Amino acid sequence: MSAPLVLGIETSCDETGIGIVRGRTLLSNTIASSMDEHARFGGVVPEVAARAHLEALQPSIEKALGEAGVTLGDLDAVAVTSGPGLAGALMVGVGAAKGLAVSLGKPLYAVNHLVGHIAADILTADSDPLEYPTIALLVSGGHTSLLHVRDLTGDVELLGETMDDAAGEAFDKVARLLSLPYPGGPEIDRAAAAGDPDAIRFPRGLSRASDMAKHRYDFSFSGLKTAVARWVERCEADGSDVPVADVAASFREAVVDVLVTKALAACTDLGVPRLLLGGGVIANRRLREVALARAAEAGVTVRIPPLSLCTDNGAMIAALAAELISSGRQPSTLAFGADSTLPVTEIQVAEIQEAETVTS
Amino acid sequence: MILAVDTSLGTAVALIDADGSPRADAAAHDPLGHAEVIGALLQQVVHDAGAGDITHVVAGMGPGPFTGLRIGIAAARTFALGRAVPVIPVPSHVAAALTAIETDAAPGPFAIVTDARRREVAITVFDGIDDDGIPRIVAETVLVPRADADDHLAGIDRRDVDALSAVDLARVGARALEAGRSLAGAEPLYLRHPDVTLPGIPKRVGS
Ligand SMILES: [Zn+2]
Repeated sequence: MSAPLVLGIETSCDETGIGIVRGRTLLSNTIASSMDEHARFGGVVPEVAARAHLEALQPSIEKALGEAGVTLGDLDAVAVTSGPGLAGALMVGVGAAKGLAVSLGKPLYAVNHLVGHIAADILTADSDPLEYPTIALLVSGGHTSLLHVRDLTGDVELLGETMDDAAGEAFDKVARLLSLPYPGGPEIDRAAAAGDPDAIRFPRGLSRASDMAKHRYDFSFSGLKTAVARWVERCEADGSDVPVADVAASFREAVVDVLVTKALAACTDLGVPRLLLGGGVIANRRLREVALARAAEAGVTVRIPPLSLCTDNGAMIAALAAELISSGRQPSTLAFGADSTLPVTEIQVAEIQEAETVTS
Repeated sequence: MILAVDTSLGTAVALIDADGSPRADAAAHDPLGHAEVIGALLQQVVHDAGAGDITHVVAGMGPGPFTGLRIGIAAARTFALGRAVPVIPVPSHVAAALTAIETDAAPGPFAIVTDARRREVAITVFDGIDDDGIPRIVAETVLVPRADADDHLAGIDRRDVDALSAVDLARVGARALEAGRSLAGAEPLYLRHPDVTLPGIPKRVGS
């Protein structure tokens, strides 16, 4: 079959993402974000996000179609994120995707958000195709996961993930400790520009020898956040000004160090000289710099999709579905729901089994 | 044909002819699991109704528990988009009132009462039907603590409802369309603000 035309719907967190792809060609990546509405709460409020998704969905679909220059009737399939993510937010997308698929009489593919982040890379037309296996480090406000990807549509293994806060959340919380606004990532980055990353030695979570046996590829950022809080409190108790630039730079360095160290350890341990970065926190320039420099030393090739495809988006969901279709996978049944803790091994949810296809 | 979708209580989907006669009707009573069943129910009514064009989609706008309520509205909107037809938003209680009036037409005011979670109920008071065939609201929808509902109603005939007829929802939508009236806006009848608190000063962790 020729490259399938797929519309993808992504509503797992605070971005309403509608993407349209033809096979590996990106036609539209429309994103409506409710981030501004969350700013005054200092973090994503699930109910606020879900309300915003319902409002943004229809206009976003219309905008994406216009941008792609296609009509709904042209589509070969509809794709949607089934999980992981915020349950109430995911459900808006699932309801919308089902309504659209049934209305059009088109197949529906329910897919995994995290694997979608990996699929984003195949939409980069200018670069060589992604080689397998690859290690993938996905870092955002909602997740911090290290994956071993042997085959995008068939074999993805979770090596490790955060035990507490996602890295992006840690940025938000530390920004608050430093009286910086939300979202914390860019604010910490800005503040850190004038700071010394070696000024304060903040702890690297789950990096002690005793932790490494059980949590070699897992992350923890709550201890780091507490260490920053203590440091700030001590400054205040001493009556001295908090050296915001140094604290920001040193905190950021601790996060970046542990992310890159564990990702490259996975590359070495598994003999995989390829690392794919994804998720909104990849916007952090220091993370990209350190990853590129240390990977080069280790002989690991790093791939970073354009930022608009790293943050949550519908194009990556459509791209993953297009790959599933091209590899001969059946659509999903209509019976799936939102799964806020969907494991990464479930790349597609509720695929129709051959027997069901025959009888229906 | 007019399609109606409501997930304010269970999940209810129906198709009626332009004259109001039912063509297909499917529902799941479960007050949860809307996301799981909505697709199959839509597919079933479209299949059962047979040939004919769908000209409008009526969306039940609540009140109802938000998470479930949104699923039906989202599905109604994208279904309409797929067929390039308009959406008619209708308060779900008006459909419940039509059902009540048509099943036992007791004279005088009555209240539709539905679960609003958090030990509250949503109440709308109706009295008869207007010239357009639409149940007449005499007291707008309010949230009341479940325990206070009887005091609030002060003797008004109380109809507790836990399932909605999508056929009646479609009928209300058709009558509103006929009369050129708009019964609800684009925003669901949330009746509550998002449950959030503004962040205070970060709490101390000690040293
Ligand atoms: Zn994500």
